[in-house]
Amino acid sequence: MEEHRDDIGSRMGMWIFIFTELLLFGGLFLVYAIYRNKYSADFHTAAHELNAFLGALNTVILLVSSATAAMSITAIQKGNKKLALWLVGITIFMAFLFLVNKYFEWGHKIHLGIYPGSELLLKMEQGELLFFGLYYFMTGLHVFHIIVGMIILTVVMVKINSESINSHNFVLLENGALYWHLVDLIWIFLFPLLYLIT
Amino acid sequence: METQKSHLNYIEDTQGRKGIFAWILSTDHKRIGILYLISITTFFLVGGLLGGLMRLELAAPGETVMDAQTYNGLFTVHGIIMIFMVVIPGLGAVFGNFFLPIMIGARDVAFPKLNLFSWYLYMTGALLAVYSQFAGTGAPDTGWTFYAPYSTDSSTNVIPAVFAAFVLGFSSILTGLNFIVTIHRMRAPGMTWFRMPLFPWSLYATAWIQVLATPIVGITLMMIVAERWFQIGFFDPALGGDPILYQHLFWIYSHPAVYIMILPAMGVISEIIPTFVKKAVFGYKAIALSSIAIAGVGYFVWGHHMYTSGMSGTARWFFSFLTFIVAVPSAIKVFNWVSTMYKGSIDVRTPFLYAASFIFLFMIGGLTGLVLGSLASDVHVHDTAFVVAHFHYIIFGGMGFSFFAAIHYWWPKMFGKMYNEFKANVAWLIVFIGFNVLYFPQFIIGIQGMPRRYFDYLPQFHTGHLISSIGAAILLTGIVMMIVNLMKSRKNGNPAGINPWGGVTLEWTVPTPPPVENFDEIPTITEHPYTFD
Repeated sequence: MEEHRDDIGSRMGMWIFIFTELLLFGGLFLVYAIYRNKYSADFHTAAHELNAFLGALNTVILLVSSATAAMSITAIQKGNKKLALWLVGITIFMAFLFLVNKYFEWGHKIHLGIYPGSELLLKMEQGELLFFGLYYFMTGLHVFHIIVGMIILTVVMVKINSESINSHNFVLLENGALYWHLVDLIWIFLFPLLYLIT
Repeated sequence: METQKSHLNYIEDTQGRKGIFAWILSTDHKRIGILYLISITTFFLVGGLLGGLMRLELAAPGETVMDAQTYNGLFTVHGIIMIFMVVIPGLGAVFGNFFLPIMIGARDVAFPKLNLFSWYLYMTGALLAVYSQFAGTGAPDTGWTFYAPYSTDSSTNVIPAVFAAFVLGFSSILTGLNFIVTIHRMRAPGMTWFRMPLFPWSLYATAWIQVLATPIVGITLMMIVAERWFQIGFFDPALGGDPILYQHLFWIYSHPAVYIMILPAMGVISEIIPTFVKKAVFGYKAIALSSIAIAGVGYFVWGHHMYTSGMSGTARWFFSFLTFIVAVPSAIKVFNWVSTMYKGSIDVRTPFLYAASFIFLFMIGGLTGLVLGSLASDVHVHDTAFVVAHFHYIIFGGMGFSFFAAIHYWWPKMFGKMYNEFKANVAWLIVFIGFNVLYFPQFIIGIQGMPRRYFDYLPQFHTGHLISSIGAAILLTGIVMMIVNLMKSRKNGNPAGINPWGGVTLEWTVPTPPPVENFDEIPTITEHPYTFD
């Protein structure tokens, strides 16, 4: 059978998938909004516990990684395979940095005894309990998406290297970068909701 | 294209793969459709058997063949299997996969590999659901709705069941995504939106619901898991959570899911009726657009499942009002089907019998739905057997009968053999009678106060339950007859020919069974899809 190729169709598929991802997080944003409204004082107190500096650092890291992902598309369009490989590689490295930061951030909280089901947490006000529950659940789901994004970008790198992604056929790279922007975008919403509104 | 060419059809052409691998590794949309047909039929029979066991327990008051806990497990797993594994994928995965590309003049769906991957996801979810029934701490006993806080406390296998629903939902999303892109990008030249047949139209509306509603239940089910594993109190009042919030999030998906089931069913009926009355469908645009209207309004009626759960009066009348609104496009379709038949030369064949009984049963199901959609009457019948009867009339009488209609309509095209029509008609009569004997008494005992999900009951409900159980036996007999008759035709049936019913949509122009590529040459469409000479 001749290979059916339709770049517009592929991108359309990716956009629809991104829609479903936004709705997945949308459910959580809804729950966040409802409980923030119900326990606004507790959310206020609990948010002070989060390290806004680490959050801001991770925001910068993700923004830079989104830029490198976008630049890699231009590089491949111009036929510069080596540069494209470097740029996707930097994106993956940035993702790794994000995870390292997240590890220290979570590690510190767990060290303080703030983790789901901990004795300290169960003694707190109900709103604070929910805030930290949402914090771990939302950032945890986001970390899962970071890891999936890293896997996708690794596959993309392999395909650039084998030249099945090239200056004539790069829709896979575009879709990979689209997914990465989604991961970035969700963080852009998580960061103020959890770290900044105190 | 009118003559049967010598090239191989999709069953003969294994593309160099051997045995079962020709099926489970093929990305041909027709083979994937058959994979779904086999798996869904299997799970339908399993789910039906569980339902039959429940009817056996209910045939007489008191504990007869099982204890209460077993009964709780049965109705939960019956629900999970029938909803998530049979009726939600059902028509789209089987007939959508097989016929959508052919009906719009394409060689395959937009993403054939993703299509096969969806089937693997489906099977993974299905096996998890079966696992939850037999392994670990016992079958889940929460009902298929997994209402919190019981679902976060129950010691049974809730987690595998929840994961099963999640994975099945993911499969459903990917199928929906595939169909949307296929319909947007792969229609044959000249096939404008309003030259597209009505089954693809209904699949298009359905696909958007699958894509937009399913993620919500996905995240909700994950919150249940998080609550069980990590004590994050999303829904447990003791930890600050809100169990009513769970119900909202659950029904935000699960009400639109009803339309995922019924819209393709309506699409099938809109195909069958014109073919057997030899007349263009009446109100083509109204039928096509009412699918979109149902999909749109269907998002905003979920609260009608929760009138008695605790909601403000304003929210309740709002949801009730919208529920009545959503009945309008459904009624538009029924009127159009009936008008199509008016003054047509009706050829009463097996698919038509199923299609006509669909209209009858769907009307009973739909009108009793309005009884439940009105605030005052719902309070009286909420959580009674009346609800059970209502949704079986919609889901089984609607989607189920439509599935039976579709299999009898398209079987000759799919397998190239004609079944014994007399036996098929007898089986239809038995199924139709059995169905009504099984479910109609439940309306009556429901109004009299028989609660749903009870394994025991007061003596005054005995007659109703006994009649209902007898109906279950009749129905089961009819279904077995139907399946045996269809299976026998694979060996003994007469060759079906290209167009046994005189249909005019594109699937009746390709060879029987279709070749792998569907079309030698992609047709150019110049006319309305239902143009009878």
